[in-house]
Amino acid sequence: MINKYPLWKYLLILMVVAMGVIYALPNLYPDDPAVQLAPQRGSVQITERHLSQVTRALDNANIEYFGQDIENNNGIIRFKSDDDQLKAKTLIQEALGEDFVVALNLAPTTPQWLMDLGAGPMKLGLDLRGGVHFLMEVDMKEALSQRNEVYISEMKTLLRSERLRYRRISREEGTIRVLFTNEEYLSKAKTVIRSEFPDFVQTEKVEGENLYLDLKLSDKAARDIEDYAVKQNLTTLRNRVNELGVSEPLVQRQGRNRIVIELPGVQDTAAAKRILGATANLEFRLEAASDAGTLDTEEYPFRDSASRRATLERDIIITGNSVSNAQSSFDENSQPQVNIDLDTQGGKLMNRATRNNIRRRMAVLFVEHKVKTRVIETEGEKIEQRIPYVEKHIISLATIQSALGNSFRITGLDSPSESSELALLLRAGSLAAPIYFVEERTIGPSLGKENIELGINSVQIGMAFVVLFMLAYYRLFGLIANVALSANLILLAALMSMMSATLTLPGIAGIVLTLGMAVDANVLIFSRIKEEMQNGASPQMAIHAGFERAFVTIFDANLTTLLVAVILFAVGTGPVKGFAVTLSLGIITSMFTAIMVTRALVNVTHGGRQLKKLSI
Amino acid sequence: MSRINRSIDFMAKRKIAGYISAILVVLSLVSLAVNQLKLGLDFTGGTLVEVSFQQAPELNDLRKELEIAGFDDVTVQNFGSDRDVLVRLGQGFSPTVGDSVLSAIKQNASYNVELKRAEFVGAQVGEELRDQGGLGMLLALGLVMAYVAFRFQLKFSVAAVSALAHDVIIMLGLFSVLQLDFDLTVLAAVLAVIGYSLNDTIVVADRIRENFRRLRTGTPTDIVNVSLNQTLGRTLITSLTTLLVLLALFFFGGELIHNFAVALLVGVVVGTYSSIYVAANVLLALKVDRDDLIVPEKEGLEEDDRP
Repeated sequence: MINKYPLWKYLLILMVVAMGVIYALPNLYPDDPAVQLAPQRGSVQITERHLSQVTRALDNANIEYFGQDIENNNGIIRFKSDDDQLKAKTLIQEALGEDFVVALNLAPTTPQWLMDLGAGPMKLGLDLRGGVHFLMEVDMKEALSQRNEVYISEMKTLLRSERLRYRRISREEGTIRVLFTNEEYLSKAKTVIRSEFPDFVQTEKVEGENLYLDLKLSDKAARDIEDYAVKQNLTTLRNRVNELGVSEPLVQRQGRNRIVIELPGVQDTAAAKRILGATANLEFRLEAASDAGTLDTEEYPFRDSASRRATLERDIIITGNSVSNAQSSFDENSQPQVNIDLDTQGGKLMNRATRNNIRRRMAVLFVEHKVKTRVIETEGEKIEQRIPYVEKHIISLATIQSALGNSFRITGLDSPSESSELALLLRAGSLAAPIYFVEERTIGPSLGKENIELGINSVQIGMAFVVLFMLAYYRLFGLIANVALSANLILLAALMSMMSATLTLPGIAGIVLTLGMAVDANVLIFSRIKEEMQNGASPQMAIHAGFERAFVTIFDANLTTLLVAVILFAVGTGPVKGFAVTLSLGIITSMFTAIMVTRALVNVTHGGRQLKKLSI
Repeated sequence: MSRINRSIDFMAKRKIAGYISAILVVLSLVSLAVNQLKLGLDFTGGTLVEVSFQQAPELNDLRKELEIAGFDDVTVQNFGSDRDVLVRLGQGFSPTVGDSVLSAIKQNASYNVELKRAEFVGAQVGEELRDQGGLGMLLALGLVMAYVAFRFQLKFSVAAVSALAHDVIIMLGLFSVLQLDFDLTVLAAVLAVIGYSLNDTIVVADRIRENFRRLRTGTPTDIVNVSLNQTLGRTLITSLTTLLVLLALFFFGGELIHNFAVALLVGVVVGTYSSIYVAANVLLALKVDRDDLIVPEKEGLEEDDRP
């Protein structure tokens, strides 16, 4: 039988479209602006009592709210408008205090039965929702030299314990240079260093009396260190973002040394930047003994008075990276202090260093990585140069009374806010290597709303244009094509929701473009059918041949477009990626709807009947 | 061949069309060399702040205020409406510039100013994106060439890629002549046009291949003409529907995707023209003939299956 599908094919198509409708449906329920409450520490439970505390504050301020609920130890309160939401956030933070993270959120309004099926709306990109986008770059050079610094101090210990006398160890341009004066020590040192530090490539250099051993990290080891630095930074930034209290944040590695951070809904970029970019860290060092050589010591100013200085050993006992927990509090004199717990390794190192040096003094160095920007003019062009520099100040210098263990406290901080920020940074982990902001985009909430409106408008108008045109030009077959086009739009929305793809403004443009191009397959088929009829085929024959013969063309043409869309996805970033996603998905769904859905509709309406002519 | 008689003899005008295309391409290249592309923030790096005033501000005053505040190399322009203002700073990247621009504006404005967006892109990021974009475009062309050579034949592949290069160059040329901002979304549009124009070209190529195999008589020029005529209706209708939706984007899509819509509108028009004249033209210039498309065994069987 010509132009008849078997029953299962109709059912399959119907099922796919029905699934599409279900999974696209949640997009019709707009999210409510909401405020989310979460405890700062996992041990605290959010209870009805907290909620009523919040609602009382809201009632007092005459802010309308609804749907307050507790789920997974997170409280949620919904609001009628964004303005209410913003006002409420400040109020709620005040009411609950610092023990809770209060974040702006969008609460889904998807009905329960849809949620049970795993359906949910598409995510909106920052350009539709408002928020901040940061691109940060990890300073790889600094990561390496920091690591080399640690190696140097380990090597010194090794050489000393092996009683191999060296004159000097210095770090220059990515290599560690050890100076020996004795051939025997040099060759022995080579063997121990090779076995203890296999990642280093050794080269020897002789200059008169001086025997140099140059140690350079192998490329692979260097890459591993860089990789580790980026991963470590990623973790740290995630922790910090969580402390910021942003719902649905994105922290992601991009390329070799960059990290993307997207914070939807955040408008106060300055605060976000301060916390994210903070590079404060601590170093614990012994004060230099009076007879120490100048090569092994460094002099640093005190933070409270720059004129006071102290000479410290170059070797670092531990850094803030060994801190496992930190809490700010006050000492007996009501001065801010930070209580620090070290991890096992850090505790051991600290214990060993302090045990052998009782009565000596230990300094806590406050380390900050900063960047100076300088504009230099070369060949008439102004180029901005970024010069990173490190500021180190002593915040405390105290006599070691007894061997220190895993936990102790540090003092000498300016203010309670500084001690709590330091505690936060130590807790969230310090950055393994300095990072810089290389890109920042802030989208105001009003622009986001405007973009959604514009997007929806152009989809509707574009769709109306195409639908009217097809109806006018192809009449009944045009109507069929329009049904297929609607199915395409639904399936596209469903696919995007199921993949929880992010919808952006260019993504909407991609949908609009797909609408225009999706009818192409139908046009190809219909033109073929017309042509076959002109060549004298009967209507049924023409329909059959038209579909069959247009298929190869449609396939070839769409596959190449898909190829280009995939490249676009690989090349593009952010919003443009969104465009590539909608374009590729649109191509796939349009092939299904234009070929299968249209065919099914034509078969149902025309198949198996005697036809004199076609309304095409 | 009765069909040829009642159809348009496209290929009769192929010389003229060829000249027109060549002139347009050369003009575009000249403009690209002289005027260059006005690259957007995405590719140059820099700072951009879009603010919305409650009342239309005087742009000149705003410019002066910003200069007094110490910003040199400032562009101030309306964006969309006369209440929306876009401030672009040529100087290099520094994360604090945006905030200080906003506060400088706020300080001097007597009415409410709302920040719509602020973007800072580091110079290096822009440069990388530029390289990546160019690379992406070349990669797209290369892959397309390989695919078409595989599915069709090398001559078709050269023809398709010439048509695409033609489209891309003319689009870029127009952006350079009109000095429209070329940003990431426009790059996306260019790539989309590559996809679209290719789609068109392949539909025509598909027909040419089919007709070479089906029609035993006729010169290559005749075959190309027949094929163009057979696909003409489809080419025009698809272009029309696509143009319709693009017009919707152009008029209702808002300022942010305005240039995107412009690029696509131009691209679709040029792409439609190029699949008729450039691709077919190059194909004939390469002396395509029946021998290039010897029917493989399998496809021959398929032909017999036809009712």
